[in-house]
Formats: sequence, C-alpha cells, structure tokens
Amino acid sequence: MIKAKHKTGLVFFPAFDWAISPTHPEREERLLYTQDQIFEEGIFDVEGISELKPDPVTLKDVQRVHFCIPDVWSVTTESHFISAGGAKTIGMAVLDKDIERGFALVRPPGHHANRVVHGARGFCNINIEAIMIEYLREAYNIEKVAIVDTDCHHGDGTQDIYWHDPDTLFISIHQDGRTLYPGSGFPNELGGPNAVGKTLNIPLPPHTSEEGFLYAVQHVIMPILDDFRPDIIVNSAGQDNHYTDPITNMNFSAQGYAQLTSILKPDIAVLEGGYSIEGALPYVNLGIVLALAGIDYTHVKEPDYDPDRIRQAPAVTDAIEKIGETVLAIWQQREHIKHQLMEKTDPGRRSRKIFYDTDGIQESQKEQIQICSDCAGALRIDSTSSRGMHILAVHIPRNACNACRQTGHTWYETADANDFDIILLQDRTEDKYLQKKVN
Amino acid sequence: MIIGLDVGGTHTDVVLLGDNGLENEIKVPTDPSNLFHSVLLGLSEITTGIDPTKIQRIVLSTTLATNAVVQGKIPAVGMIVSSGPGIDPECYCTNPYYFVVSGAIDHRGREIEPVQAAQIHQIEQHLQKEGIRYVGVVGKFSIRNPAHELQIKDMLSNSFEKVFMGHRISGNLNFSRRIATTYLNAAVYPIHKEFYEAVQKSLAAKGLVLPIRLLKADGGNMKFESSIELPAQTILSGPAASVMGAVAFGSENKDTLVMDIGGTTTDMAILINRAPVLDPLGITIGEYKTLIRSLETFSIGLGGDSLVKLSGGELNVGPERLGPAMAYGGPAPTPTDAWFIKGEIINGDREKSFSGFKSLAKSLGISVESVATRVIDVACKNILTAAQQLIDRVNSKPVYTVHELQEGYLVRPKEILVLGGPAPYFAKHLETVSDYKFRVIPRWHVANAIGAALARTTCEVTFFADTEHKFAEAPEEDFSQTIDTHFDSQAAIENAFRLLRDKAIARGANPDFLEMEVVEALQFNMVRGFNTIGKNIRVKVQVKPGLIHGYDEVISKLASR
Repeated sequence: MIKAKHKTGLVFFPAFDWAISPTHPEREERLLYTQDQIFEEGIFDVEGISELKPDPVTLKDVQRVHFCIPDVWSVTTESHFISAGGAKTIGMAVLDKDIERGFALVRPPGHHANRVVHGARGFCNINIEAIMIEYLREAYNIEKVAIVDTDCHHGDGTQDIYWHDPDTLFISIHQDGRTLYPGSGFPNELGGPNAVGKTLNIPLPPHTSEEGFLYAVQHVIMPILDDFRPDIIVNSAGQDNHYTDPITNMNFSAQGYAQLTSILKPDIAVLEGGYSIEGALPYVNLGIVLALAGIDYTHVKEPDYDPDRIRQAPAVTDAIEKIGETVLAIWQQREHIKHQLMEKTDPGRRSRKIFYDTDGIQESQKEQIQICSDCAGALRIDSTSSRGMHILAVHIPRNACNACRQTGHTWYETADANDFDIILLQDRTEDKYLQKKVN
Repeated sequence: MIIGLDVGGTHTDVVLLGDNGLENEIKVPTDPSNLFHSVLLGLSEITTGIDPTKIQRIVLSTTLATNAVVQGKIPAVGMIVSSGPGIDPECYCTNPYYFVVSGAIDHRGREIEPVQAAQIHQIEQHLQKEGIRYVGVVGKFSIRNPAHELQIKDMLSNSFEKVFMGHRISGNLNFSRRIATTYLNAAVYPIHKEFYEAVQKSLAAKGLVLPIRLLKADGGNMKFESSIELPAQTILSGPAASVMGAVAFGSENKDTLVMDIGGTTTDMAILINRAPVLDPLGITIGEYKTLIRSLETFSIGLGGDSLVKLSGGELNVGPERLGPAMAYGGPAPTPTDAWFIKGEIINGDREKSFSGFKSLAKSLGISVESVATRVIDVACKNILTAAQQLIDRVNSKPVYTVHELQEGYLVRPKEILVLGGPAPYFAKHLETVSDYKFRVIPRWHVANAIGAALARTTCEVTFFADTEHKFAEAPEEDFSQTIDTHFDSQAAIENAFRLLRDKAIARGANPDFLEMEVVEALQFNMVRGFNTIGKNIRVKVQVKPGLIHGYDEVISKLASR
C-alpha cells in the first residue's frame, strides 16, 4: 500500500464543459488525458492523498483583488469562479491544517490577469492565485507570501497585482520575453518603489532543459526564499515548459517538474498553462502530485522521454548562470536599488499600454503610487480601454497607514464624475469595494 | 414463488414470497465452518411441503467469498502485471506470485512498449512448477486497449485452469484496483465454483431445477453461470441485501436514508427515489480496494449490544461488543439493557440490566434510570452524526463540469427507514431528538432475505470510442468495432444500450422490464493545432438497481400484514 509522506489535497476541476472557443488551447479536452492518468494511477486511493470538492469564490473574493470593468459578471464565467474557488479550497485546507500541501488542478488559468480587468488576456480573466492569497490573508493570520511562477510565460498579471506589495515576493521563471508572449519579465522589472526587489524575473533562453531549470531553482530561487522566509509558498505550476508543448520552445520534462517540486516544496500549487495535453500534462501533473505527496516518482516518464535528446547547449547553461547572478544581485542590493529609483523624477508614476490578446482589447494605464515607508501605499489607476471605458480605480492596501488611507479616500471622493465612466475604491483596510455612481 | 436467503454472521435468514406476501420465514444458525450446510438447511426447511415447480426464483446472498478473502482461505494465484509510466507497479503487489513484466499502453490505448513472449514463458514455467492453477493478467490502461492482456492470456491458456483478465472486470480506470479485483476473482474462483455447483446439484436432487441467482454488493443479482467469470462480485452482498429489503418501503421521488441497526454495528445507505446510491469506484474489503460495484454505505461500531462504559467521566457507547445484553446473560452493560431499564423491552432479565448499570450510576452520581436515558441519548446522537456524515460524503463527491457543480443534485433525506433488532426502540427515540421522520420497515427481522429475493438483475456497460483511431469498444463485453468519423455520443449510447440489454438478459434479467439509464455520456472534440482530428467519447450505462417487476402486490401485503 502506498502512503504519502506529506498529507496532500487535490482539487481536480477539468471544466469538461467550458472552452474559450472550440479549437482554442483552453478547451474542454485540455485535462481529459490528465484525468485518465490520475484516475488510472489510483491517486485518490493513496493513503494521505485526498480529493476536495471546490467551492466557487464569491463576488467579494474577486473584488478584493480586481477592478472588473464594467463589472465582474461581464468579464468572467462560472468556470472562473470555480477555478479560483479550487485554489481557495486548497489554500483553506492547508491553513486549516487538514492537509500539509495541496494542488489545485483547475482550469481556466489566471496568471496573466492584472488588477484591472477589461477582458481576457493570455487565456486568463481573473487571477486565481491572487484571489486565493488575498482571501487567506483576510481569513487567516498570514502576511508574507512567496509566489513562484514556473509557467513558461511570464506571470505578468500576478506581477502587476503584487508590484507594490512588500509582503509578497513574486518570482517568475519563464522563457525569455523576447521570444514569447507576453513579451515582458526582464530582470529590470523588479517591483514598485515601495516593494523594490519583491518582484524578481528570471528569463531563461529557449531550449532550456532540466539542468537549467533546476539550477535556477536551486541556486537562485531557493536562497532568496530562505532569505525572505515566507509564511506560505505558492507555486503557479504552469506546465508549458515541456519539450512537447506546442506554443513554447523549452525542453523541460515530467522528471524535471517533479524534481523542481521536491526542491521548491510549495504549500500550494496551482495549475496555470500547459497545452501539450497528451504528451506532457498526464505525466507532468502526475509527477507534481507524487512529488508534493513525497511518493517515489522515478517511474513517471513520458513514453518518448530521452534526456540526451533534450539536453541544453553549453551556451544556454552559461546564459542561465549569468541571469542567475543578476537576479541574486538585485535581491541582495534591493535597498540600494530603491535609493537609485527614488532619485528619478516622479518615481511613483508610470504609464503603460496593456494588450488583451484573447479579447483584442487595448488598455492605457496611468498609475500613481503613494510612496510610503509604513505600508504598501495607496494606488491610483486611471485606465482607458479601446472599448471606450475610462475608469478610475483606487486601491488602499491591507495594513495601510493612516496617511495612505486618507490619500486613497481623497482620490476616490474628489474624482470628478464627469471625467470617468466608473470610479472605484478597493479599501482593503475595511475589506470594502465601492463604486461611485457615475452618469 | 421466490426464495431469498441471506447468510449473516450468526443467523441465516430465508424467506418464501408468494401471492400471500411473506409465505414463510425461517432462521437457521450460521455455521461459518460449514456454510454449505447452513445454506442447504435453510433452503430445505423453507421448501418443506412446497411443490418445487412453484418456485420461480432462488436468490442467495452468502458470505462465502467474503469469508474466504477475510480469513485468507484462498489458493495461491499468479499475477502478471504490465505497467508503463507512473507509480511503481511493485507498490500494488497483491500476493507472493506477482510479476511485473514488459509491455505498456498509454491513456489513449496506444502501445508504448510490446510484450516480451520469452519473459511470459519463463513466468509460465515457474508458476506451473509451483502448482499454480489460476492466473490474473492486468495491464495499465488495458480498458483502452486490451491487446496485451489478450496476448498474454493466449500464451498461458493451455497451462492453467483459468486465466482472468483485468479489462473484463470493470470499465473504470484504476490500475491498482484492477489488479486487486482481478486477483480476488482468481482467488475466490475455485471455492465459488465448487460451492454453488454443489448447491445447485443438491437443489436439483430435490426437484428444484432452476438457475440459482447470487446477490452482488450493488444490490442486484446475477445468475450463477454468469458469476463464474466475476465471482468476486458476490463479496459483501450482506449490507446490500438489507438495503434492498428497505427499497420497497422508501418513498417515491424522495431521498431516504436506510439504517440497519444491528448488535455490533449500524449500517447506513441512501435511496434516491427508491434506487440505492452507488459507490462510484467500488467496495473495499480488508486491505483490498476494488472495482467491485457496490452500494454507498457507511458503518459505525454502534449497535444494541455495544459496550457501554465510562471514559474520562463521559458515557461511551461502542465500538466494542463484549457479548449480548446483560438482560440476555451478557457480560457488560449495553444500549439494549438501557431499553430494559426503561421498560421498553421486557422479554429478558431486567434485574441483570439494572445491576450492570448500577456502577455507572454510582460513578456519575445519578439514578440508574438517568444513566439509561443518557446511554440512549449518546447512542442516538452518534447514529445521527454518522447519518449526517454519510449525507455529507455523498454530497461532497467531486464533479468535473461547471453544469454539475452548479446544478448537481444534493441529497437531503427527510425520512429514515430503520431495520434490525433494536430498530423499533431506537426509531421512537431518534424521532424525538431529530427532524427526521422515522419508520421501522415491515418485516424488518427478515428484510435482508426479502431484499435478496426481490432484487433485480443489475449490470453496467462502459463504452469508449475514438474516431481518430476509428475504433469503439466495450472492454468488459469483449466488444470492439471499427467506426467512421461520423460516430457520435448518440451512436455510442445506442450501442451501449444494446450491449447492456444482452448482458442483462444473459445474467437473468426480465427482458420486458429493463430499466436502463445513462450514467455518463461525454464527448470531446480532439483538436491538434487548429484542426479537429476526431471525437473522444465515453459512455456508461446501467440497469438501475431496484426491485423486480410484478411484485407490487406482494410488497403491499408485506407492509400490511
């Protein structure tokens, strides 16, 4: 009889009746063969592994994280509520100590969803990890959270949500943005002025193999995590670094993912991307589950697995070592970098354009953060979308200091209704979401 | 007329049902060391003075296979297992002659690695030398493609008495359970075959020449002849017998909880519109988790004979049972003694119950009567908690579609049917401390045998089609066919129903009243790149467990008399 070393919970929600469109990678079939493999392996019969039924998240859970434009129902489906609910269910079970670790094997994914949501980008509408984490922060006594995003695509949505939060360490390891969607995720993206170094990006060259990923995890991510000492570690466990993935160019494997999981020891893993639905997902998901539970995974190999064929070139190894040094240096010198940043004119403001590839929307954002040494700072986002919506979103962070609370409220109250279609306030100090009636 | 027989731990109950309802009932002691004698005794007593030609149906629910497995009285069996990627197959080892061999099939039924004939022959020789006569052959994903199991069986067939294959056992995915179930089938086969052949022969000698039927753990029956291929399906049919005995008295279009309060345990199950809720995977017996279809049941170690004791100043009931109630000469206080003290039961020695409760009363500093009240309260509370646990368990079963998660049926029983020895006493009290409506079912003392008698023949068929690979199959049925790209889930359902009908009739179902239903029908477009390359179709159909047709009048007479 097999026994899990670590009591592990799984939410398996393949959403067999939901797709972005019939031939889209994010379609009904995506987790079908994963289900077959997981069921055939009898995973839920293993002593110490349990299957949990997800409870959908609530409107409040979504509004704790996002500004959905024009409203939550317009940019989400039930499936998004269940997917985020799967993550939340796992998070609660971990913090209730019903399980030691958990994996939300859910779809649709969420790590490309920003704080402001006008529609879907990178197959994502709402950020399922952030919704889980902010719920857990509200309901349990946790502060410091580390998110390690091992999806092949840069987790730009999660980065956006936690850009200013000094209590959340977000590390994304992904295929170099010059060669892949969303085109971001470079080491110089390292967080806002109140949270310098709490966003870290490790872009890896195309064709990075097991060796490169495990090097980066062992020599870059783990030392930083040890230093940060989070209350919980969340893994955005995308599986599209696999050598058979149709939309990326990496050479990772099921064995590699399982080893990565063993090293990282996340409390909570949440499925993100991964579109090699037959050749990779059944084996990668199985490998991750076994690694979480502390069960031998050495026999989990893709039928066509050949480590020699996917071995990375020496140039790739060199590039990874170099990027590792850069990222470690950023982490170590984050205070110094902050000082440099503060010398720039208007360091609290940034403007940017955001493209919603899935829904074909163009968004322009003007963002202003209250620079603050006592809290994450009040945040003001002025956003216009190509759908013609012009909104003002004000975010007052958890644990906001009195000054930032005041600033946030002033921004919200004094905003001119003639200038915006919608004016919103997310006041985390009172866990409130307010909308000023406009027009 | 119909005979139903249920072998219990202490008694074997037999009933004869006919136009007048319950024509006769008999209890004979069960002799675990000679079940054959107990069964035969029960059958001959119930048929005494009855014209054998009037008997249309005999259904047996025995503990033969269960005892053989639990007591380990089973022969050595050879297991040949091929795996492929995944958990180490050595983890699923069932028995000493367990061999992991080459050969692998993937989740879509494609061969990853071939079988090696030389390896199989070596094992064959080894097993033969050890005198092994029964072999199980199981492959991972064999229900997606049974080729390797068939190939290995062909290599072995001449050397062994019987070879069991994993894909014939169930259409459900679960490799370790497939291994365990195949092993159990091979292991109980000889004793099963010998036993029922002997029963049939003895009955024939009495002029009873009709196929005997055996009750299964899912509350349905099958003819003995069909059971030869799947003898393990008769394991743990006892709880199913009792539940089926309650089915007739459940309310239509409502959820009902069935509670069998025995001496040692209370067993529970749920009926939805008079059909029992099934366990989605299969029964667990001892250390074996199986693919044997069964009712969803929940047991707690609490019954009329449970030991009452003080622990940490609190009254505790069960799970131990030291013997019968003190009123019946037992060694320690029990809930049954509490009923004696309260004057609800009178046919025993109330004084002994009193003396047993005295020390409890002294320790608690209250009267003996108050202790009795508290014991009953504790027992009822535990029973109601367990009932809620079963309901929660059924309702928390994961689902995999948005539709099911939103619209999924939630079980909310309002009434509870009670049977078993202390049933009438408990029911009365349970009703006062809960919102449920309690009913003691008529003829509760032989409800198990009545359930066996009236259960219909059940079976299920799993049908799988892949239009890219152009094949459809129902592995358990040894069915496969070539299909074209237009094949769809509707066609799959039609095919599955046809196979189900044939299977049910072969197992002994009444062809005129087959209540067939679709349990699952999924169809996925398989897309590679931007092209749809085919459809992946999964269909599961079943004969709904329930009671046989045409006995409504008999049932109403059971209730009325």
